[in-house]
Amino acid sequence: MNDVTTNIDKYLEEQSNLDLLRFITCGSVDDGKSTLIGRLLYEAQLIFEDQVAALTNESKRHGSQGGDIDFALLVDGLAAEREQGITIDVAYRFFATDHRKFIVADTPGHEQYTRNMATGASTADAAVILVDATAGALTQTRRHSFICSQLGIRHVALAVNKMDLVDFDKATYDKIVSDYLEFAKPLNFDEISPIPMSALKGDNVVERSEKTPWYTGPTLISYLETVDANQSLIDETFRMPIQWVNRPDRTFRGFAGTVVSGKIARGDEVRVLPSGEVASIQDIILYKDSLEEAVSDQAVTITLDREVDCSRGDVLVASMDPSEVADQFEVNIVWMDQEPGHHGRSYWLKTSTTRVNAILTDLKYKYNVNTMEHLAAPDLALNDIGVATLSVDKPIAFEPYDSNRSMGSFVLIDRYSNATVAAGMINFALRRAKNVHQQKLVVDKAARSVLNNHKSQVLWFTGLSGAGKSAIADALEQKLHARGIRTYILDGDNVRHGLNQDLGFSDNDRIENIRRIAEVAKLMIDAGLVVLTSFISPFRAERDMARQLVGEGEFVEIFVDTPLEEAERRDVKGLYAKARKGELPNFTGIDSPYEAPLNPEVHLHSGEDSIDVCVQQIIDTLDLGN
Amino acid sequence: MDMTHLDRLEAESIHIIREVLAEAENPVMLYSIGKDSSVMLRLAEKAFYPSPPPFPLMHVDTRWKFQAMYEVRDKIAEETGMDLIVHVNPEGVEKNINPFDHGSALHTDIMKTQGLKQALDKYGFDCAFGGARRDEEKSRAKERVFSFRNSSHRWDPKNQRPELWNLYNGRKSPGESVRVFPLSNWTELDVWQYIYREEIPIVPLYYAAERPVVERDGMLMMVDDDRLKLLPGEKVETKRVRFRTLGCYPLTGAIESDADNMQKILLELLEARTSERQGRAIDSDSDGSMEKKKQEGYF
Repeated sequence: MNDVTTNIDKYLEEQSNLDLLRFITCGSVDDGKSTLIGRLLYEAQLIFEDQVAALTNESKRHGSQGGDIDFALLVDGLAAEREQGITIDVAYRFFATDHRKFIVADTPGHEQYTRNMATGASTADAAVILVDATAGALTQTRRHSFICSQLGIRHVALAVNKMDLVDFDKATYDKIVSDYLEFAKPLNFDEISPIPMSALKGDNVVERSEKTPWYTGPTLISYLETVDANQSLIDETFRMPIQWVNRPDRTFRGFAGTVVSGKIARGDEVRVLPSGEVASIQDIILYKDSLEEAVSDQAVTITLDREVDCSRGDVLVASMDPSEVADQFEVNIVWMDQEPGHHGRSYWLKTSTTRVNAILTDLKYKYNVNTMEHLAAPDLALNDIGVATLSVDKPIAFEPYDSNRSMGSFVLIDRYSNATVAAGMINFALRRAKNVHQQKLVVDKAARSVLNNHKSQVLWFTGLSGAGKSAIADALEQKLHARGIRTYILDGDNVRHGLNQDLGFSDNDRIENIRRIAEVAKLMIDAGLVVLTSFISPFRAERDMARQLVGEGEFVEIFVDTPLEEAERRDVKGLYAKARKGELPNFTGIDSPYEAPLNPEVHLHSGEDSIDVCVQQIIDTLDLGN
Repeated sequence: MDMTHLDRLEAESIHIIREVLAEAENPVMLYSIGKDSSVMLRLAEKAFYPSPPPFPLMHVDTRWKFQAMYEVRDKIAEETGMDLIVHVNPEGVEKNINPFDHGSALHTDIMKTQGLKQALDKYGFDCAFGGARRDEEKSRAKERVFSFRNSSHRWDPKNQRPELWNLYNGRKSPGESVRVFPLSNWTELDVWQYIYREEIPIVPLYYAAERPVVERDGMLMMVDDDRLKLLPGEKVETKRVRFRTLGCYPLTGAIESDADNMQKILLELLEARTSERQGRAIDSDSDGSMEKKKQEGYF
């Protein structure tokens, strides 16, 4: 009995001293990633007997290895994956040797599932990149290598797999390795260890192969056991994003979060960002224990010695060495959604514990993943990797991704589908937020409003071509003018021919068109005017962007609702006829969508109601404060 | 100070649990009274201490759990100060659905899967914590930490959201809900080590003891109450057994074991060559059966 206790305690002691390596396997379709992991688990004797029995059964049914055990079936856990013999999503598997614990993410090779590969790579310390010896490095091998490099993986094993199919030929192996090293030169890997291998037959996976006497490097498992990929940021400066404020009663106010770098002890002075307030650490709490210090990766609750304004999304940092705070960044971006990313579009951005509004202000370029060439980026399509600039609506504390993954990573979230559409890494701030204090003027919007005797705002008309937007706006302006309201109409005639004459009708240009109009309207509101804009403005995302830019309360969305058939029947300018003949590409309602407003402030039925009725309906809703 | 492997797992889980609070409107923690649930509950207590976890516990009951489980459940709820919601599918009660007459598949579907959906809809929970681990089963190994369900509680494994770093996107459309698995990266061994280290109370059935069992379909079934009717040729034997997982007693096989304390359980586990789900009748129904059940809304 005592023996058991001692043995177990000794074992647990040893176990707790083992470190953990998280790695991914990646590469192109059919390079043998899943087979390799199956082999690793099998050789590490982690496949239990009942799983082997089930596996043998399944191998007979779906297997691609004749009667032999098909190891890929062990990791391809989804029915669709087993049927098609491919990997769709990343699978996480666990094993341990006497030297290390491992979590391996087996990632899919197909291009369409690249986002799932990026998911696996984002938490990995090292990568095993597989290349099929009979095929060499393919586009997907390069794309995966590039993503690994961008996501900060610095240690790579280049597993030249299926060596059994080329008779373990050294020349073939050397050629593949030298080609890959040439390709990988511009990537940010610290080291690349090539290993000739056969995952199917087990050569150089765990046991050294007799068939490669010319190879003197480590087997894959000994590489993984020894690679020094420790990513701990314990020696960096202290950073802790606040997740939650703990207030059980009036006497206790604790800040809960995970330390993402450095360490902190009782009595240390910290700063709250972005506000900049300073306080000292009173206590560090982990459940019923009070700790002397907290280190990187620990999840704790901290109390401070004085009242400060601090809530979720703020970051506690070392007071003498705070993070930068900024609202404009250059970022690396991996696009992961079917719907492309457009310049000027607005998204939710989530970084550490903060969520803010973000706009892609410029798409600088995207990469040709085969050659690393920079290509023009009119938009970012699914699986594109590029560089962009981005602005957020409120300053955030950050670190460049290269020096601190947690403080420099973010995801973009679509406002409508709620999908995670992109992963991003901050390179640097374009300007420091603290340098952008705007000159405060004495004569401001409020002063002008008093002089004018009415509030300023934008009346944003939207609807199909021919719905009657301009006619209604015109009639409304006459009424307002007669009542002494200062007005101005922005429409296609005065904007398209001047300010926006460089823009066409592609999706990107339409977005930029609306952005500029919204900016002009904003200036005019500041000048004290009631601005009437009369544009089709077909996309919900852009109208919402305009609403955000202008500000809630000063934006009145007016939906001029006429059925397409009615607008097309009227066809005042003959545009629908031309569009139907194919002479006007991207014409809204014909071959480009119109996204109707979900909650417009005013909803006009211009198909049924007269212009006068419509104008009266708007006036009844308006609040001009006069 | 150096963080051990368990410390890191603990910290990661606490981060996930706290993140849910920011992303969800009305979260609930599913509590099955098993060892994984017990660990998850302790992590929740740690995440919010000195406050109690700011969400209720919910047990979707089938009326066929071991008696010892009900006793532990009521005691734990009292000790943590959390609200405990117990839901039993009333249609299942009316039709007296049970594993003996209706088989494991139907019983599990009506009492667990449908019962869970009913309960989530009834209370309007938009986020439910579950104690599932990725090392349990092949389709679990593929599941995200924040895993989405559509308005009919279905999982779409071919179209999961990317989930990078520890940035969890919990935003969802009306009607959708999220299952969150804070123990995703734990293994069975980690769970036991943590229970040992933290001295977390667990149902005594995990420890070996002399218990009345019958052998049926190659499984050792414990005679937990008089609803178990012996078939011709069966006889009740007393054996020294324990359970590696706990569920409905007619569907949960015992294993013969001498492991009557935590050290011996750990030792047994280290020497084990049979993975833990083998004791559950549900998984051997058909190849890929867990994925199918999950798509239909099984946790």
